[in-house]
Amino acid sequence: MKPFTFERVSSPAQAAAAAAKSRGARFIAGGTNLLDLMKLEIEAPTHLIDVTQTGLGEISATGDGGLRIGALVTNTALAAHERVKRDYGVLSRAIVAGASGQLRNKATTGGNLLQRTRCPYFYDTNMACNKRVPESGCSARGGVSRQLGIVGVSEACIATYPGDMAVALRVLDAVVETVRPDGSARTIPIAEFHRLWGDTPHIETALEPGEMITAVVLPAPLGGTHLYHKVRDRRSYAFALVSVAAVLDAEGRGRVAVGGIAPRPWRVEAADAALPDAAAAARALTQGASPTDQNAFKIALVERTLAGVLAKARGEFA
Amino acid sequence: MDEPGYFAVSRRGVLQSGAAGFAAGTVPGASVAFAAENKAGAIAVSRMPVRLEVNGEGHDLTLDTRTTLLDALREHLHMTGTKKGCDHGQCGACTVIVNGERINSCLSLAVMHEGDAITTIEGLGTPEAMHPMQAAFVKHDGYQCGYCTPGQICSAVAVLKEIAAGVPSHVTEDLGAPMQASNMEMRERMSGNICRCGAYSNIAEAMAQVAGESA
Repeated sequence: MKPFTFERVSSPAQAAAAAAKSRGARFIAGGTNLLDLMKLEIEAPTHLIDVTQTGLGEISATGDGGLRIGALVTNTALAAHERVKRDYGVLSRAIVAGASGQLRNKATTGGNLLQRTRCPYFYDTNMACNKRVPESGCSARGGVSRQLGIVGVSEACIATYPGDMAVALRVLDAVVETVRPDGSARTIPIAEFHRLWGDTPHIETALEPGEMITAVVLPAPLGGTHLYHKVRDRRSYAFALVSVAAVLDAEGRGRVAVGGIAPRPWRVEAADAALPDAAAAARALTQGASPTDQNAFKIALVERTLAGVLAKARGEFA
Repeated sequence: MDEPGYFAVSRRGVLQSGAAGFAAGTVPGASVAFAAENKAGAIAVSRMPVRLEVNGEGHDLTLDTRTTLLDALREHLHMTGTKKGCDHGQCGACTVIVNGERINSCLSLAVMHEGDAITTIEGLGTPEAMHPMQAAFVKHDGYQCGYCTPGQICSAVAVLKEIAAGVPSHVTEDLGAPMQASNMEMRERMSGNICRCGAYSNIAEAMAQVAGESA
């Protein structure tokens, strides 16, 4: 790990000011992804700003019946929150489908949104990776690509966004609240938070340098049946090949978002409109797909996972 | 300031020159960087004071900011019950309980644990007075080589608390009902603790016994 200086701040404003002062700085909260990447020297911040004392650890009701989730609320606390379990079950289920109990106890809501891809070539510093070293090439194309993306990917990068929580947040139309280095606040819809890779796969989110997530806001509950189904190579503690987050009525109409196939949680209006027809919805979700030989199975897997979720929503199997 | 010495094996040459003579003049909540010369040129190593409370006992340390909680426990406090497996949060051998919750100590910086209550395997029980989970692991043969066992036991103790607190898992059918301490729940919740010897069945039985249910 490269050496770094360390600073503790006690408010979002202080965090923003600290970030504005130091170009090589990173915020640290749970640290479960950042420290892993720092050990591998994929991330090498020269300064860490500890934001865990900034008072963003609360979940509170909003005026319109929704919830404001502080950026420091841990994955465990969020998944176990009574209102989340009752009104936003898809979010609880997505969170506990990811990582391990130990990691979820540390990982935060803000940090989870920023976790980086698990593309093996991003992790292997001996291999070319446009995301790790801009314009160095992409070893994933022509490499081992079973886990990688099929839609929304680019010539420069076929990595996926790896998380589960954000797939549920996408189906719920959550909004991300931030503070910028100049102290100003703004909101970013979850649909616009994660960028498609394009020619600049090293730029992964809509956040500006030094901008910090302060909260994630959920709109009022949607009702319906909340489901999250994750298909993976191991039954637990593995990243998704394909996952589906869904909020559906008893006929199977509603909203779906797909994880494991794209640079961001993948939701397509035409797919929601096609429900409850799993085949038509899957066609809309995978339209324009450019899979590799190794991950072309994901096109069929999206439809089958969707069909399973729809059957469950209709009560066809327990 | 009471700082136990380093294990010889952990002293990299690059740190030796920098560590000498540094103690005073630190700003609370911030580290101080200084240059340590090595053959590759000048690099800035940063050190910081931290007070760790481990198993009810306070320890004042001044640590390289890069030091993980795991390395602070093992290399600086010489508490080697907590094990280093993968050092990347994948195996769970380093699991400790911080403020009542299990975490991977390898993926957490020591300087971020000022004021936290840290419990390691040494704090759960002793050979003469074992924690009920330790006794259950012995009774049910919940280990073979034993290397993953401290992490397994810390994790298992915390899992039962998580179930009691209503934290759901991936195999929880009904999010609204009280959580069950079932065999499938134990297996899912323990998936962050890898055992190469494959003692999983017996670990689940040990946990079930402590939870007061049959596996």
